Amino acid sequence: MKRRKFDAAALPAKTAGAVDDRFQVATPLRKLLNKVFPDHWSFLLGEIALFSFIVLLLTGVFLTFFYEPAMTEVVYDGSYAPLRGTPMSAAYASSLDLSFDVRGGLIMRQMHHWAALLFMAAIVVHMLRVFFTGAFRKPRETNWIIGSLLFWVGFLAGFTGYSLPDDGLSGTGLRIASGIILSIPVIGSWVSSSIFGGEFPGTIIISRFFIAHVLLIPGLLVALISAHLGLVFKQKHTQWPGPGRTNENVVGERMFPRYALKQGGFFMVVFGVIALMGGLFQINPIWYFGPYEAWVVSAASQPDWYVMFLDGSTRLMPAWEISIPIGDGYVIPPLFWPTVVLPGILVGLSTMYPFLEARRLKDYKHHNLLQRPRDVPARTAVGAMAVSFYIVLTLSGGNDVIADKFHISLNAMTWAGRIGLLVVPPLAYYFTYRICLGLQQHDREVLAHGVETGIIKRLPDGRFVEVHQPLTPVDGHDGHAPALDYVGWVVPKKMNRLGALGPAIRGFFYPIEKPAEAPVSPGHPPVEPRPEREEIGSGESRR
Amino acid sequence: MSTHTEHQAPQGREPLDVNDPRLSRFDIVQEGARRDDIEIVHYEPQVVPGSKAERRLTRTVATMFLLTGVAATAFLAIYIWWPWNWEAGRGGDKYYTPLLGVTLGIALLGIGFGILTWGKKLLPKEVSIQDRHDQPGSPADRRITGETMLYMADELGVKRRPLLGISLLAGLAPVGAVVAAPLVGGLISNPHKNNQMFTTGFKPAEDGKRIRLVREDGRPIRPADVSVGGQLTVFPGIDGGVSNKHADSPTLLIHLREDDAQKSRAANERKGHGDYMWGNYVAFSKICTHAGCPASLYEQQTNRLLCPCHQSQFLITDNAMPVFGPANRPLPQLPIEVDEEGFFVARSDYTETIGPDFWERP
Repeated sequence: MKRRKFDAAALPAKTAGAVDDRFQVATPLRKLLNKVFPDHWSFLLGEIALFSFIVLLLTGVFLTFFYEPAMTEVVYDGSYAPLRGTPMSAAYASSLDLSFDVRGGLIMRQMHHWAALLFMAAIVVHMLRVFFTGAFRKPRETNWIIGSLLFWVGFLAGFTGYSLPDDGLSGTGLRIASGIILSIPVIGSWVSSSIFGGEFPGTIIISRFFIAHVLLIPGLLVALISAHLGLVFKQKHTQWPGPGRTNENVVGERMFPRYALKQGGFFMVVFGVIALMGGLFQINPIWYFGPYEAWVVSAASQPDWYVMFLDGSTRLMPAWEISIPIGDGYVIPPLFWPTVVLPGILVGLSTMYPFLEARRLKDYKHHNLLQRPRDVPARTAVGAMAVSFYIVLTLSGGNDVIADKFHISLNAMTWAGRIGLLVVPPLAYYFTYRICLGLQQHDREVLAHGVETGIIKRLPDGRFVEVHQPLTPVDGHDGHAPALDYVGWVVPKKMNRLGALGPAIRGFFYPIEKPAEAPVSPGHPPVEPRPEREEIGSGESRR
Repeated sequence: MSTHTEHQAPQGREPLDVNDPRLSRFDIVQEGARRDDIEIVHYEPQVVPGSKAERRLTRTVATMFLLTGVAATAFLAIYIWWPWNWEAGRGGDKYYTPLLGVTLGIALLGIGFGILTWGKKLLPKEVSIQDRHDQPGSPADRRITGETMLYMADELGVKRRPLLGISLLAGLAPVGAVVAAPLVGGLISNPHKNNQMFTTGFKPAEDGKRIRLVREDGRPIRPADVSVGGQLTVFPGIDGGVSNKHADSPTLLIHLREDDAQKSRAANERKGHGDYMWGNYVAFSKICTHAGCPASLYEQQTNRLLCPCHQSQFLITDNAMPVFGPANRPLPQLPIEVDEEGFFVARSDYTETIGPDFWERP
């Protein structure tokens, strides 16, 4: 029998054929490669959260190899001399070992912590983007709810992780958490006792938090994130209005290769930034806090930033106790309202918002085009109200530090927070609403009269007027340009946007004498080539 | 008309014969895109092949990739050879983590920006338009699916044989409880076991022996050990008293000045706690009644005790009443006296509940 010659060049095609014979992947794969994604910088915020989560998984697995989730008392005997001989829990001792006795352990710990802070920050910023642009409207309400849940599950992941080192600071946080659970009417003491396995702190809470932090919560996060991405994929991404963009299409780039390359590059950049932060910026130096001891605390005990709003609401709450004089008497402590009821209301309001808005506007249509915040003043103003509410709470979470650094009375800070919490959000609503209307009006003005050129002309009768550059060609009849309709996208307001900028010369050592294209809508190449531009001058002839 | 036929030939377009030898590879790509309802409307190379610009960009990307290699190698070298063990003062280990971070960061940023430059500058710019197809299925399709599901229900015949449904529900309900039972049963713990929420380490021993107040190192305290205006954190002098095992027991022992002590004594009298002080000494629980943090910042001049967690302030000379912040009840006071040997002891346990408030606190 003749031996068949091995043809290396045909191998990929042959393999691909063999794979398709068995799994019929050619058509689905083509669809995937071709899928079109719209592009805009604001669509990358959620990606930061996703990439931080991947970094969290990678660094977190490393940490579990060395961390010991136990509250057994040991005497520290590691290389950090100031704490040598101190009795502490095995969890704290192993966290110290991770920082001092595991080669490269500290950078992993710090990267993990920074990635967690970035994860929560990216979630919040992404949520604001989705809210202010109306991306949560039908058909995307489900994904909005999943996103809101991701914030709270991320919050739990952060809190359980933060508690694991069992240092002085996190133990105080845990003590407050037990106080919050205790404050729940009727069942509080039973729930607290069941979670802590008896009276606070008990000896089991760290191992329970550990399994929640490394298995249950990440599992839930992975499931929610998959559902979140799956829905984005299925429902296709929203897009900004613009040339050629409608509610029924997606204008952008095919996923491969350019879009995927940009995503891959962006992941590496996020990863790199986290590595830089983890190496250069100290975070949670647990060795300064010492082991948790129920009688030790210091001023300026602040939780991680995303918990600070709850700390703030707790500080601002007046001491209103509700006593129920039945039998021996029962109480609802003031701690219950800002830490259990308030988050409950926040979860309810945020998840229900898409439905509330649809109901108010009687708007049940599909929306795939985004809205500029200025075009929906009421929503933008409500968002500003929520943001200002959150900011007042977060600042109040650090009001002792502010009082200390700026030499303000601590009690004055608390009162400022209490009053601010009631006064600032309505003000934010009013001003945001007015600013939105003002911006809308300016857009219409430019569309009707053109861009301000900065060129002042003196008329024969002595008046001075500013020359405006109309956005459309002047039509012959009356010498006026027809007013344009607003289409929900950026209106050019500077002459540079219209190409009046001098040609940019690219290349430093070897200049390329070719004018760069002036952007029309930032980040997007025009669908059709633009017509030749005329130079805009002062209106005088140069002869 | 169904949406299915539209899929096959959008805008009545005939599919291209992909085996036509005259077609370029891009033509086939475009045909593939069209079959997915994608129209590539703008496709523009950003660099001319072989141009100076292309060579320059290629060099830039290559430099970034090589920088990654250099930085990653530096990371490895530092990881292996840099002194990393902790030593007091400014040892070389201080730079270990920053150097690792910088080299790792540069390595990752190099590859990241390299890929970004490659994708953004060297690849052709394109604008593609894809149909969204997010309209719901046709009424006929919806009806078919609905009817199919209803028919399934008919086949099961729960309507005609209600006993099946009821018995299934009745059978499954306890199964659900079986799933929950071990979880609840295993975790549940009675908060009132041993009356633990209302007692502390200062509870007199079985034989009625009073518990001594001790310092953090376990030594008992004589009145002379705390100077006027001074304060000391004290613990029950029992096994494990100075540990988190008795997290509700830490107590603040304060030696008041004469006039403050008089005010405090008067306040004690009003509350019926006339004999809780010993001389000019008072002892209050250190565990904040708000959220359980140690209320530990004592301001000697105003006799206020501040909890650094949520800024509750307690006026020591007025039975530690909360005067500011979110706390709603005073810090419990420990009745103290001095035993025959001259050391402080607790006359009895606290008479009020320690720590954060809860529903059934009397």
